[in-house]
Amino acid sequence: MIRLHPTMLRGLVALTLIAAAALPLLAPNYYVQFASKAMLMGMVALSLNLVVGYGGLVSLCHAAFFGLAGYMLGFMTPESGGASFWLSLPVALLAVAVVAAIIGALSLRTRGIYFIMVTLAFGEMLFYLFHDTKIGGGSDGMYIYFKPEIALAGFPLIDLEKSSNFYWLVLAMLVGAILLMTAIVKSPFGHALQAARDNEKRALSLGFPVFRLRLVAFVVSAVIAGLAGYLSAAQFGFVAPQMLGWHLSATVLVMVVLGGMSSVLGPVIGAFALIGLEEILKSSFEHWKLIKGLIIIAIVFALPGGIRQLAELVLPRRGDEGPPAAGTPADGTPDPAIRRAEAPGTNPQAQTRGEFQHV
Amino acid sequence: MSEIMMEARSLHRRFGGLRAVSDVSLAIYRNEVHAVIGPNGAGKSTLINLLSGDIPVSEGEVRLGDREITGLKPNLRAMAGVGRSYQKTTIFMGSTVFENVRLAAQAKSGHALRMLGAVQHDDAVNEAARAAIVATGLQARSGTIARFMSHGEQRQLEIAMVLATDPKVILLDEPLAGMGQAEALRMIALIRSLKQDRGVLLVEHDMDAVFALADRLTVMADGKVIASGLPDDVRNHPAVRAAYLGDHEVAA
Repeated sequence: MIRLHPTMLRGLVALTLIAAAALPLLAPNYYVQFASKAMLMGMVALSLNLVVGYGGLVSLCHAAFFGLAGYMLGFMTPESGGASFWLSLPVALLAVAVVAAIIGALSLRTRGIYFIMVTLAFGEMLFYLFHDTKIGGGSDGMYIYFKPEIALAGFPLIDLEKSSNFYWLVLAMLVGAILLMTAIVKSPFGHALQAARDNEKRALSLGFPVFRLRLVAFVVSAVIAGLAGYLSAAQFGFVAPQMLGWHLSATVLVMVVLGGMSSVLGPVIGAFALIGLEEILKSSFEHWKLIKGLIIIAIVFALPGGIRQLAELVLPRRGDEGPPAAGTPADGTPDPAIRRAEAPGTNPQAQTRGEFQHV
Repeated sequence: MSEIMMEARSLHRRFGGLRAVSDVSLAIYRNEVHAVIGPNGAGKSTLINLLSGDIPVSEGEVRLGDREITGLKPNLRAMAGVGRSYQKTTIFMGSTVFENVRLAAQAKSGHALRMLGAVQHDDAVNEAARAAIVATGLQARSGTIARFMSHGEQRQLEIAMVLATDPKVILLDEPLAGMGQAEALRMIALIRSLKQDRGVLLVEHDMDAVFALADRLTVMADGKVIASGLPDDVRNHPAVRAAYLGDHEVAA
């Protein structure tokens, strides 16, 4: 098997970015909008993985944060024009952070199946709040007639009504989210969070504030999902209670598992794969959902580590890149394939994952 | 008499109707190994869990130096200076020795919530980790994935992790369990080195190890202390002979 040299890998990343940036110049508008949508779902899946993959906590209320930020944009968009991007985005994200802190503070007191149930209940509460009351147009949802305006000192900077501009904004945000998540996972915080996932008792007895770690991860994850929800509402000009429902939460969870939980990029790949698959099947088959289900089952069986597992066949091995970083022992450059072997950990949630994996 | 590092004052722990630990008082002194022995089910592990905070006490008081820590959660007790090992090895199997120990040192550094900067670039943390690895004699294994080491080395690693948190008191729950002769001898030497400037509580079934290490000995049965004092005095105590030679065989 040919393995990519790190410089080749960097070249490949640069090429992918250039191709992604050039898409609006080459492809018809429909595909530009489709790609924006896929990238936003990739962003939600990426954010959920901080909690599910790195935190070991299966949350089923992630769509609530996505939808809430969308509604916040709806509330702040006047009838006559676009909301200010600089004001509406921070306010929407702050609202999501506050709600996530409350939900997290309560639900993180439970474990395992109970955590899933409690987050599901909170998600449904938010869904029915928007579905059964007059807030945000009730079950009909509400229209957002104008996209947010990015202006500097009164002068419009970027016109988001143009779908190519909107696409570039989404692309930049996704790249930013990927870089942020990569940094978090490698940081002291990220390591502590993963330690708590692999063995909570041990993490506590070493002195890690496990509850606080998880709460912070939950809120950060919710805010990134909120960013995607805000942009998604802006893209479609419409928000409805379904944006907050458990169906979307579950779909995002499928994207995460499909792409692979042990890396930052896996869930993004999973989101692209699922959305792309839907798009192809929808146009070709009548009973496409049935076929989609079969394909997902096949992928899970064939690639238990997610689609990203395929990439591992060509990625450079750990230690290929010059001398080890300061602080890593000189004699240890273990094979990543060994590191990814199943861990006979004490935590059943950790069993299908290696530990301390990044990127 | 030397300084008391940690103290239990009439601790009680009930699980429903079961009195797992009942009116247990003991002190762990600086530069001493205090061994706790007793038949299975005597409440030794529960006692360690009460001292480390893994299980809350029903009644009584836990003190660390002159500070009362009865209400502290395990992570705050660890930060205050209580380190512990578990009966079942709890290391991170997929990580290297160095990564395991660095994680422990990082916990102590108090930067658990820092999101920026890669972990491997904190020099103070790296230095603490390296020192703990040297102290436990694992230098040669620094880059080895924990899973691929022998059981004895894994237990050494667990001790290295405890050391990296810079504890004042170390609680060891059956550190020799499942070890071969050579491994056990190495571990005994390691435990002896741990008491330097610290207090060590040792729960162990291996009587050779206990009598080789203990500066002070407490015998428990049915959740109660039946004898406590210097090893030679306790060994000949009639209640101890009864507890060990009654229903149970001498654990050795």
